[in-house]
Amino acid sequence: MIRVQNLVKTFGDFTAVKDISFDVAQGEIFAFLGPNGAGKTTTIKMLTTLLRPTSGKIELDGLDPTVQQKEARQRFGIVFQDPSLDQEQTAWENMDLHGVLYHVPRKVRAERTERLLKLFELWDRKDSYVKTFSGGMKRRLEIARGLLHTPRILFLDEPTLGLDPQSRNLLWNHVKHMNETENTTVFLTTHYMDEADKVAHRIAIMDHGKIVAQGTSLELKEQTESDSLEAAFLALTGSSLRDEGASSADQLRQVARMWRR
Amino acid sequence: MGAIYILWLRELKRYVRSKVQIVVSLGQPCLYLLALGFGLGPVFQRAGQGSYLQFMAPGVIGMTVLFSSVFSGIAMLWDRQFGFLKETLVAPVSRMQIMIGRTLGGATVAVLQGILILVICLIAGFRPHNWLAIPAAFLFVILIAVVFAALGTAIGSAIKDMQGFQLVMNFLVLPLFFLSGALYPLANLPVVLSFITRLDPLTYGVDGLRGALINHWHFSPALNASVLGLIALAFLSLGAYLFSKIEV
Repeated sequence: MIRVQNLVKTFGDFTAVKDISFDVAQGEIFAFLGPNGAGKTTTIKMLTTLLRPTSGKIELDGLDPTVQQKEARQRFGIVFQDPSLDQEQTAWENMDLHGVLYHVPRKVRAERTERLLKLFELWDRKDSYVKTFSGGMKRRLEIARGLLHTPRILFLDEPTLGLDPQSRNLLWNHVKHMNETENTTVFLTTHYMDEADKVAHRIAIMDHGKIVAQGTSLELKEQTESDSLEAAFLALTGSSLRDEGASSADQLRQVARMWRR
Repeated sequence: MGAIYILWLRELKRYVRSKVQIVVSLGQPCLYLLALGFGLGPVFQRAGQGSYLQFMAPGVIGMTVLFSSVFSGIAMLWDRQFGFLKETLVAPVSRMQIMIGRTLGGATVAVLQGILILVICLIAGFRPHNWLAIPAAFLFVILIAVVFAALGTAIGSAIKDMQGFQLVMNFLVLPLFFLSGALYPLANLPVVLSFITRLDPLTYGVDGLRGALINHWHFSPALNASVLGLIALAFLSLGAYLFSKIEV
């Protein structure tokens, strides 16, 4: 379903993704693990047509997302790592806008929106502006929105960041359910090893722009002779901390905070 | 079509919902209208040019539409930073539709602002030479709005941070306004200034507005409308191209 060959992305003289290759089969749940700045999000951005690869080949359901952008976009859904909601609209309007952009027919749109908002316990706040939501609620809405159209491939970029255990559980149960009943292929990244261990069929560990190991959770543990995925992860990536440069986006957010009421 | 409509509607909702911003954005044109309109009025009168308020009101309307439409395009910076832009960019609709929806939304908001300031001008004592001229003025307001909303989209696609925004404000939007003849007659200008004003798209918009509203033409209505139409097409193409190149 997803095939990546020798994928490279450079920003100036910094290489974020260094020649990675992997395959994800249809109906598989594939987890991408790695420390901060390993290149996970950059990879997802290339897979979802937001960034152009410097070199290498990508195939999504047989399509090349750098050329057949629109067709490729039709096939996947994504929950971003950082917020992507419209703060000035209500929860309902955010869902509706998403449904229109993804060509979900009006009736189906209303039905699914209601079902998802109820599932993520946002229904009684559906007419409140997103800017009045707490961090966890925004996150839940973001996830609900990503599930509104039923994509063949679902990208989840650290979806559980800032969620309480209840919501996390809810999310993964739902994702598993989608995977089992609709054969949705799932590509996820997370920092929580237990989540990857629980839901993912296969795992790839990325560090410094390279894939350092991939296989099932069991294989990774055997390979590193560790008794938990976390120990395997640390054995493969070392225990030093990583820095990420502050981007212009972070700086602008600061200014934005000053300007907003 | 659905995508264009929903994004257009979004711009409109944002406008209607931020009442504070509506008032704030009308403050500056009001200041120009009152301070300059009444302040320079006596001098203008003595120079034999008639009422300055009558003369500059179309210019102030043009200014309001200019500011409002450029800013709506640059508001894309916020959407980029708050992430909403990404949500539209990964959706299975062409970037062209997204760009058109946003730009038309911004232009519509600018037209509404223009109408509000026209009402304020009327309250301040401005009178068009003929009430039937309002539709013609409306046409020029729309043209100005589309030209600069498209320019705003182009700029919003190209710049990534607040420094860029300040640059655009100081070196593009203000010169566009001051060099457009919004505040002074275009006749008998020094050669250099006269040349520069002809390069400014807003010049043709303000001249069209002024012509329609108080029957004071420097160029012909047809010239004004066709120059604005062509520039609108050029800016829309530029905006569409730059928008299609956005990476986040």
